[in-house]
Amino acid sequence: MWVAFKRVVRAGLVGFWRSTFVSFASVFVMTIALFVIGAIMVIDQLLGASLQQIESKVDINVYFNINASEADMQALQTRLESLPEVSEVTFTSREEALEAFRERHRGDELTIQALDELGENPLGASLSVSAKDTSEYETIARFLEEQRAEESPQTPVIDRVNFVKNKEVIEKLTGIIGVVERASIITMLILVSAAVLITFNTIRLAIYTSREEITVMRLVGASNTFIRGPFMLQGVLYGIVSGVIALIVMYPVLYWLGPGTTTFFNFNIFHYFLSEFVYFSSVIVGSGIALGLVSSALAVSRYLRA
Amino acid sequence: MIYFDKVSKWYNDKESVALENITFQVAPHEFVSIVGHSGAGKSTLLKMLIAEDRPSEGSVFYESLDIHRIPRGKLPKFRRKIGTVFQDFKLLSNKTAFENIAFAMEANGRDDSEIAENVPQALALVDLEDKAWNFPHELSGGEKQRVAIARAIVNQPDIIIADEPTGNLDPIATYEVVQILRKINDLGTTVIMTTHNKGVIDELERRVITMDSGRIVRDDATGKYVL
Repeated sequence: MWVAFKRVVRAGLVGFWRSTFVSFASVFVMTIALFVIGAIMVIDQLLGASLQQIESKVDINVYFNINASEADMQALQTRLESLPEVSEVTFTSREEALEAFRERHRGDELTIQALDELGENPLGASLSVSAKDTSEYETIARFLEEQRAEESPQTPVIDRVNFVKNKEVIEKLTGIIGVVERASIITMLILVSAAVLITFNTIRLAIYTSREEITVMRLVGASNTFIRGPFMLQGVLYGIVSGVIALIVMYPVLYWLGPGTTTFFNFNIFHYFLSEFVYFSSVIVGSGIALGLVSSALAVSRYLRA
Repeated sequence: MIYFDKVSKWYNDKESVALENITFQVAPHEFVSIVGHSGAGKSTLLKMLIAEDRPSEGSVFYESLDIHRIPRGKLPKFRRKIGTVFQDFKLLSNKTAFENIAFAMEANGRDDSEIAENVPQALALVDLEDKAWNFPHELSGGEKQRVAIARAIVNQPDIIIADEPTGNLDPIATYEVVQILRKINDLGTTVIMTTHNKGVIDELERRVITMDSGRIVRDDATGKYVL
């Protein structure tokens, strides 16, 4: 039993090394396909992380009328905090708002002068409301609109509610992510099909090259496993080799891109790759093995009738 | 041991009939020669026996086992009981004589120690010990056929089937090959051989089945070549 297994493995290795140029083509295409799969995994994580970040930065800002009373502002804050959708409410006083304004426009002489001209603080206090989930912002915005409608026109409390713009950003980003995902899946499918086709052809060629041996094997009564095994193994070997090469290529590419992604997305894809390396390599090499098996199974079933 | 029961084979809706109502038996340890013109159906008949092809009608029995009822997966096991020799030798050109014979054992899952023991014995039986490490292209036609016979017997099959084994050989090689087959038969293996070599048949003086246009026309216990 073990002897037969060793012989099948040896035959598979021989087949792998024998047709070097054709094997090279197969490995090349499969490596590209696996590399793309790896890239998709990384990009997916990257976009997911950025989306999360933006979502966490998104909030609703409520700007108070400059004449609004402490009591009214406090009351609104309490009511907001009691909402189940709200995770946090931060109050910025008029003075704090003025300070922040001055900081932001520090180098801008004209604006600072204009402010000094005014003499008094033109800014109102504000509340920053964070939701537990981005989908809840709608509900909170509606609540605020209701609050505003209930106010008496003589004592306006809420000046304006700033939300719409942020919602647009989120929707746009979600849209972009959707498009990127669809495009990458299509690309992946195309490359995977190419890899399977080329490997299928390579194995078929290997079968053809060994046709004398196969005829004799059948005549002397070799089992189907003995005849088919080496070709299946050849397919698996292509998958493993391609997977390993894809991983080796990914390493420097991600290393090089790591700092860039940190700057733009605050997410270092190289560190992610390293920390999830076991998962990554299993998926990529596993996919390679799966692709190889499928290709060789197809070739064997077509060209090696029982 | 072998029983052909009203076996017929046709192609294209009976347009061409290869075998017609073939019925005969072969007992263990027999040496049977099947003769006939080209196209008489000799090779088709042998194909039926090794399950290379199915009959359109009738059954082939091997020791009360219907050959064509054997499931696909079990066919290899059945084929191991039958050693085959062909006119074109069917040797692997990139393996030496020893390796060609060993290949038959490897394909049957025998381990290296068994191979080391049995292959030299097979080579001795066909008188080719000194050519064990030659490649087929370094051997004469007769020597190649002897390697093929050694490969056929190395797994100790019950029966040897030889399809025109001397077709590509000169008279001397022909004689040598037939002597080897006779020796193998004397040692207990059933032999079924097809040929259209008159000299071989006459010299053997064993059972001769004569075929013509897919039918058996004569079956003599100690036949002569009569067509």
